[in-house]
Amino acid sequence: MNKLPLIIKREYLAKVRNKSFVVMTFLSPILMVGMVVLIAYLTKINDNEKRVICILNESDFFSNEFVITKSTSYVNFSDISLEAAKDSTAKMGYYGLLYIPDESDLEKVTERSFLYTKEAPNTSVLDKIEDIFQERLQQQRLQEMGVSAKDFSAMDNRFEINIATFAGETNIKGINEIKALIGGGFGYLIMMFIIIYGGFVMRSVIEEKTSRIIEVIISSVKPFQLMLGKIIGTSLAGITQFAIWIVSASLLLLIAFSIFDIDPSALNSNSQITTGMGANMAPPLPTADQTMQLYAQELFNIPWAMLITFFLVYFILGYLIYSSIYAAIGAAVDNETDTQQFIFPIILPLMLAIYVGFFSVFGNPHGPIAVGFSLFPLTSPIVMLMRLPGGIGEGGVPIWELVTSILLLIITFIGIVWLASKIYRVGILMYGKKPTYKELFKWLKY
Amino acid sequence: MNNILVTKEVTKKFGEHIALDKVSLEIPKNSIYGLLGPNGAGKTTLIRIINQIMFPDKGEVLFNGETLKPHHIAQIGYLPEERGLYKSMKVGEQALYLAQLKGLSKAEAKRRLKFWFERLEIGDWWNKKIQELSKGMAQKIQFIVTVLHEPKLLIFDEPFSGFDPINANIIKDEILKLKANGTSIIFSTHRMESVEELCDYIALLHRSEKILDGKLSDIKKAYKNNIFNVGIETQNADALLKELANKFQISSSRYNANENQLDFTLQLPTSDSREVLTYLSTKANINHFVETIPSANDIFIQTVQSKGSYE
Repeated sequence: MNKLPLIIKREYLAKVRNKSFVVMTFLSPILMVGMVVLIAYLTKINDNEKRVICILNESDFFSNEFVITKSTSYVNFSDISLEAAKDSTAKMGYYGLLYIPDESDLEKVTERSFLYTKEAPNTSVLDKIEDIFQERLQQQRLQEMGVSAKDFSAMDNRFEINIATFAGETNIKGINEIKALIGGGFGYLIMMFIIIYGGFVMRSVIEEKTSRIIEVIISSVKPFQLMLGKIIGTSLAGITQFAIWIVSASLLLLIAFSIFDIDPSALNSNSQITTGMGANMAPPLPTADQTMQLYAQELFNIPWAMLITFFLVYFILGYLIYSSIYAAIGAAVDNETDTQQFIFPIILPLMLAIYVGFFSVFGNPHGPIAVGFSLFPLTSPIVMLMRLPGGIGEGGVPIWELVTSILLLIITFIGIVWLASKIYRVGILMYGKKPTYKELFKWLKY
Repeated sequence: MNNILVTKEVTKKFGEHIALDKVSLEIPKNSIYGLLGPNGAGKTTLIRIINQIMFPDKGEVLFNGETLKPHHIAQIGYLPEERGLYKSMKVGEQALYLAQLKGLSKAEAKRRLKFWFERLEIGDWWNKKIQELSKGMAQKIQFIVTVLHEPKLLIFDEPFSGFDPINANIIKDEILKLKANGTSIIFSTHRMESVEELCDYIALLHRSEKILDGKLSDIKKAYKNNIFNVGIETQNADALLKELANKFQISSSRYNANENQLDFTLQLPTSDSREVLTYLSTKANINHFVETIPSANDIFIQTVQSKGSYE
């Protein structure tokens, strides 16, 4: 009779019945959603803050440039001294006082204008005021040069080159980053899964050692079977937990956003780059809706089936490699505090993969560094997934690279699992002091 | 085929260290075989090889006449010295799991567990967690799990550790019952009195080598050195002792004048005691005349020490 299913079942049940696991499973989505809602709510409150800025305008160059917006309104002073204006601004508790002196020309006016505030001013307030001044200056200069505003805006050509692959696929700018981000998301998922559930595997091995049940078990099953059962059982528990997280978190988010009436897209507004003064003069670009449609189409065009297939391939191989190393570490030590020294070298390639991915692969998905790291077996599960949304074959990841990467991963998988199971087999029966790397190497020969 | 297990020149190295050096044993069926030796002699390594937890570098192990193979696991039960159970698992669930790992079906395992739980009067533990039980209680569960699949060969490594004297006796009786039912048992311990009590055969390992093995009664006979403890009644002890000392080797004599009782130890050249008995019977009234048989403990210490300093 095959004993592997028995072991998997026990490991799975032991994990999902564990109190702290249950608590984490149901508490995490609530915490996460609570955090998102809190951030969204705070952002909303922050946006709602109204600032009142007093203006003491003695110049003729400015009159109605200061328009009240959602977050800023203006109060005009006239016929009082600067000191009096400062005093009354402070007394009324307004945000600040903008002083525009009376000078002979605009240059001088702008040079001698001051913004007085109680504390260092908010950058968005500064930006707004500076924009108004800049725009006024520009208008002035254009007038001096005899160029009408209409001519100027006709002249302003913001240009974007069309891009396409040799195969004739057209692309829109920025889509590569978005694709890499999607791949990065998958890669990040793999990393998190390895770190969390690899740790579980390790702790479960240590538990069997400290409770001294290990020798009883391995007189019935092969150590390798036990290790494999443990890894599979724990990862099934992990997948269960992930599934619960995703479903419950999205449900909770949906509910939370409808209750608090928060627009999820508001969260992204900070990342939008303002184009400054050019905004109102720029030639008609594709409207936001059109762009969104293009992106949506591009996203739709990402070969999801292929991506998910390879995600599973890389996920399974990568996870098995790393979790068998975790199992070997658990077998080598007697308690969790001794594991740190061994865990660091495992986390290192994972971190490297993520950082290389975000810094190098995003900008240049098919550059030498991206190719190198997507072939190297300890980083390929993460880095290759960041490259894959660009497609396979022409314009994407060359087929030979994909094949080599997976082959290398499989070879490494076999090698590492073999090494890890040797260390595991010897380690589970060793009690006492923490082994050195040299001793671990010796165990391979036992 | 009278041996349940035979090892032929089994050698095992750990790096430079030789844990077992050409150890050959024959373990007869339906007997209790004591595997003895100082700490670090290689007993545990040998037991682990029999359980296929480790594999010998050289040599061969035969189980019931066949080369030892993974499928034999179901016919061996092993109670390791370093033993424990999953702390947070329920007793019944855990016992079922371990029994199924040994190849029993769930229904069969349940049936047998019910039987054993009642027999050892622990039926109400089924839904308890191990961490709620005392050490002795957990040991009982462990014993049941070891014997549940009715193996042909049982290996007990220090089975009595963790038991109070009453429970140790219960377990000892169970072991004897198992033997009576035809099970062969390997028994490893440092408690020599249980070796005396239980073992039919013994093997002594020392520094990775087997230095002694055979039937316990034969070994005892071989280790006899023709020493007799004698007690006689006489009023003339001094003269008699002198006379005796001329004829035989006498040592550690003790005279109790109140009761005219003379005790002494007598060393004979052979095990033939007829001459001295005839002589003594003419001189005095003999109270006792007993040949000293070495204990397992004596044999153990004597053999190990003769092989060099014991560390």
